[in-house]
Amino acid sequence: MSILIDRPTSVSEGGSRPSLVSRLKPNVESLPTLAAVVIFVAMVVYGEVAYGRIVQFSTISNLLINNAYLIILAVGLTFVIVTGGVDLSVGAVIAISSLVGVMLANQGWNPIAVIIAMILIGSVFGTASGVLIQYFNVQPFIATLAMMFLARGLASMLSTTPERLADDSPIRLFSTEWKVIDGPKINDLVTTPNVVIAALVVLVAFLVLHRTRLGRTVYAIGGSESSALLMGLPVVRTKLAVYVISGTLAGLAAVVYTSKLGIAQNITGVGWELDAIAAVIIGGTLLTGGAGFVLGSVVGALVLGLMNVLITRDGGIPPEATTIITGAILLVFVLLQRLVVSRKRKT
Amino acid sequence: MAITEPIVEMEAISIEFPGVKALQNVNFRLFPGEVHTLMGENGAGKSTLIKALTGVYKIDSGTISVLGAPRAFSGTADAQSAGISTVYQEVNLCDNLSVGENVMLGHEIRGRFGINWKKTNEAAHDALVGLGLGDIDPRRPLSSISLALQQLVAISRAMVSRSRVLILDEPTSSLDANEVEGLFGVIRRLRDQGVAILFVSHFLDQVYAISDRLTVLRNGEYVGEYMTPELSRSDLISKMIGRDFSTLAALGSNRGRAVHATGKPFYSAKNLGRKGFIDPVDIDVHAGEVVGLAGLLGSGRTELGRLIYGADRPDTGEVRISDAITEVHSPIAGLSRKIAFSTENRRDEGIIGDLTVRENLVLAVQARRGWARPLSKREQGDLCEKYLVELNVRPADPERLIKNLSGGNQQKVLLGRWLATRPELIVLDEPTRGIDIGAKAEIQETIAALAGEGMSVVFISSELEEVVSLSERIVVMKDHRKIGEIVNGPDVTAETIVDLIATEGNVA
Amino acid sequence: MSRDSSRASSESIVTRVIHRPYVWAIVALLLLLVINLGKDPAYLGISVNAATGNLSGNVIDILRASAPIMMIAVGMTLVIATRGIDLSVGSVMAVSGAVSMEFMSTAGGGTVGEALSAAALALAISAALGAVNGVLVSVVGLQPFITTLITMLAGRGLAKVITAGQNTSASNESFRWIANGTVFGFPVVFVIAGIVVAIVAVLVRRTALGLMIESIGINPRAARMAGIRPVGILIAVYVVGGVLAGIAGIFSTASVMTVEVAKTGMAAEMDAILAVVIGGTSLAGGKFSLTGSVIGALLIATLDKTIVFLSIPSSATPAFKAAVIVIICLLQSQRIRALFARRRSGPSSLTPPPRSPAQPRKESVSA
Repeated sequence: MSILIDRPTSVSEGGSRPSLVSRLKPNVESLPTLAAVVIFVAMVVYGEVAYGRIVQFSTISNLLINNAYLIILAVGLTFVIVTGGVDLSVGAVIAISSLVGVMLANQGWNPIAVIIAMILIGSVFGTASGVLIQYFNVQPFIATLAMMFLARGLASMLSTTPERLADDSPIRLFSTEWKVIDGPKINDLVTTPNVVIAALVVLVAFLVLHRTRLGRTVYAIGGSESSALLMGLPVVRTKLAVYVISGTLAGLAAVVYTSKLGIAQNITGVGWELDAIAAVIIGGTLLTGGAGFVLGSVVGALVLGLMNVLITRDGGIPPEATTIITGAILLVFVLLQRLVVSRKRKT
Repeated sequence: MAITEPIVEMEAISIEFPGVKALQNVNFRLFPGEVHTLMGENGAGKSTLIKALTGVYKIDSGTISVLGAPRAFSGTADAQSAGISTVYQEVNLCDNLSVGENVMLGHEIRGRFGINWKKTNEAAHDALVGLGLGDIDPRRPLSSISLALQQLVAISRAMVSRSRVLILDEPTSSLDANEVEGLFGVIRRLRDQGVAILFVSHFLDQVYAISDRLTVLRNGEYVGEYMTPELSRSDLISKMIGRDFSTLAALGSNRGRAVHATGKPFYSAKNLGRKGFIDPVDIDVHAGEVVGLAGLLGSGRTELGRLIYGADRPDTGEVRISDAITEVHSPIAGLSRKIAFSTENRRDEGIIGDLTVRENLVLAVQARRGWARPLSKREQGDLCEKYLVELNVRPADPERLIKNLSGGNQQKVLLGRWLATRPELIVLDEPTRGIDIGAKAEIQETIAALAGEGMSVVFISSELEEVVSLSERIVVMKDHRKIGEIVNGPDVTAETIVDLIATEGNVA
Repeated sequence: MSRDSSRASSESIVTRVIHRPYVWAIVALLLLLVINLGKDPAYLGISVNAATGNLSGNVIDILRASAPIMMIAVGMTLVIATRGIDLSVGSVMAVSGAVSMEFMSTAGGGTVGEALSAAALALAISAALGAVNGVLVSVVGLQPFITTLITMLAGRGLAKVITAGQNTSASNESFRWIANGTVFGFPVVFVIAGIVVAIVAVLVRRTALGLMIESIGINPRAARMAGIRPVGILIAVYVVGGVLAGIAGIFSTASVMTVEVAKTGMAAEMDAILAVVIGGTSLAGGKFSLTGSVIGALLIATLDKTIVFLSIPSSATPAFKAAVIVIICLLQSQRIRALFARRRSGPSSLTPPPRSPAQPRKESVSA
């Protein structure tokens, strides 16, 4: 194909200035993510001005430590939502996974085996959702809703009371606080293995999405599933994979969450699927699929986390209203996406 | 060009879908280094044949050989790995990704840390250069380039997978003349490199400009294979549209009876149009008159019909009904102004498959009455009895699910749905397509009878003979605009329309 | 001759019932009752309280418990028929309960008027939540699941805000009568539920609404071409769904005169979806059966009671119900059907419909 023949002039579209225009173009795609960053910064500034003590080591450390599980969940959902699907089961998967994990640990299982079991529980639920969706044509929200109730129900069968993880359990080591910078008084920059795990997950997910054929197929499916099929891409395998990834990461999030809290309960994680979806959407991933960034979802998760901090600091907003606010934010972003997409179609 | 062994050979291919014989005994062969055009009107079976070749549809009988060996592909991907790539009219690429990614998807060049984007984009660039598209930056988003270039990107993609057969399914329908020329340049270049190209188009000028050989299909049947220079345009058109004199013989022809086109028209539109859809058109329809809309596929004949009914919202024009200015911007608005529209797309826009014949039949009447005033069982029964008998629907069982009826009988039920609304103007888009000959003749008779009762009819068909024998006046469409209007008379034949379409040059 | 035809018609009624998809639900219902009878032969006994004339017994309890499920199942049926879904029903139940309890505990008079006002207010807010869903789905064009997922979680939050996060109780005998009272010996909730179902049935089946809903669910484009206007119908369907969930909320709070904001209506959407699919309405939309959903609701209530009766921990029910949904979805899928079809009539008839997802569509050429 390397034979050079005169190019037909009529098809060239004056695209001989790739430098500036085309280099800026991808940034237009990532506008929503930038918007999320702007919102995050604005919230930080507002919080600092209104309540103070936001831009400081301890707050930042806590933000990351408290939201590590949410970041992991959001990363998993990014895969699913980029293909145009959804996974409603992640919150319930955390419940069953952490409950099983704590109970096994308390029965004296090897902590490594426990952790592997917890992660695999997530994988199993993800696989089940994926098989239902891909092989039996069940709509994603129905399949994952069923998995959500199945997981929640099984968790409730195991126990309806909080199960406490022994304080000396090795699993809790994941929430060991490492002092990175010793600040004045308690104002230290600390991190935990959990945060490191979340960061690794983000890094690996980023590489998978952007530097592997699997990742590119995920985007291609979200752009147009029928085109992806016609291009001969492994659509079936990839769609199954995203649900397995989402489930597995939910299992991992359960490990992270359990190690931090030390308690597992059947009602753990109620409504977290909404938080995770909101984080992904706020971070600029299109609900209809095809566009999105893992890093955006991280920002989205931090926006939600910071919102909780601000609500607590404010004190005037009842904590019960949190889900309303999350819901409202999600709605606003979904509406914005709808607007942007319909604009784009018109031009 | 001296190779005599065909790379693809399809013999006696037949495919049957429930109620439709999509392909019957069709032959097709494709040689390396040639452009072979598949010609035929809408529903002739062009797409079906391509899907049979690529394994999207299973064939019921016949053989497919590639390079002399019998093959049965399991789908597009399978065919692609055997070197047969397809580029569709609506460009099946992902416009959320970059040009380079689209070219290379599934063939990305990988390094130690996953995909090496630098090398991948270089490879994409090389592929683009191979088609003379060297000045498209592979990193540009696909959505930022024109549809014509996207088409060429799709071809580059096929070349990356080293295809020896390239199927181009209606690649030119949304391109302008310059873009078409550019595409043809690329096609010729690939042909000279020995790629076998299967080209599908219904634009005569383009077919003559690019193809070496052509195969004509009609109604799922094989008409013949011809060397392009040896077949005149009008011969080609008549081969495509066919002549079914037998079905028309029984019909009292309207020819030469343009008696209604006097006085005030019942329906009159000036500059009726919609941007990017159809250029403004003037059209009048008198009471009791059949106005035919003629033109090849993609000429804008369907689009005009949709605007008249309000299926799509017109953005220019003034409509008068019975001399009163009015607006028709939605189906229900059309219905309430006594306009009816029978769609060409029976499956997606016509029947409601899981409902019964009765429910399908009364639906439009019911929609116009509103939900709160349901038709009684008795009224529904009366409507069914009247139209199932009148239109000879078989089986005449109102409680059968419509999806279980044959195509012709579904069409009759849909016609009944619209007639039940007692329209004063009915727009019929390809009412006789894809149905058996008996049902076809019955529907043609019904149309003539309706006009005889004073109904205005706009009749759209790809079969020019049918249009000529039924219409009093014929509006001829080409390239999304009206290119002429013919008052039917004894000396008007299908050739008259063919000549008008063939001579009216392509507007660049 | 006439005897023959009458036999034919009676046969066709039997075969028709057998061909109804909910026939399995009836079988399952009977099976559950048999299991219960096995444990306690007097399970189906109904006793009449001589003093009050009230009926009591397990069957009556089942009827009582089925009332709220019936309400949300009927609403969900209509929504699903339009190719939608309403995940917010449980939260709307909680909001409705919270509104009425908060209103009555604030008013505190315990009068009939207050009970009526509380119910009216609760239903009005439920209708408003339904309208929000309907507008977002039909006018704005959001996907039903994300729309109702948002109202589901925000609705739960709203219920908590209304009661300031507390489980709120009120005392009002008239309101309580709704759940605990009887009419001619039957529980009031069941009577009301029956009346409401009848009203909805008349509304959709005696008008053309049902036909239009089914048309939209089966083929929205063809429905539009036939002159049906979907926006109004969709909004109406979600509003009806909201109001019915509101009634269910009143039912389930009135019995204890307390709203447990975290628990009332929890997982109710699951019950509703389950009742709908058991009743034979496909999750893909289209044809629906209200009778089927009512039977589905009765089956779920029986199942709940049986689980308690057999002293299986009730926490197992959601898992069990989810499993049932999965099985029904599997049975409805092409793959399994094709498998069964092949079993039944040999491999030659296995010709999947020529509907490929890759089929290019004309209208997509809009650029």
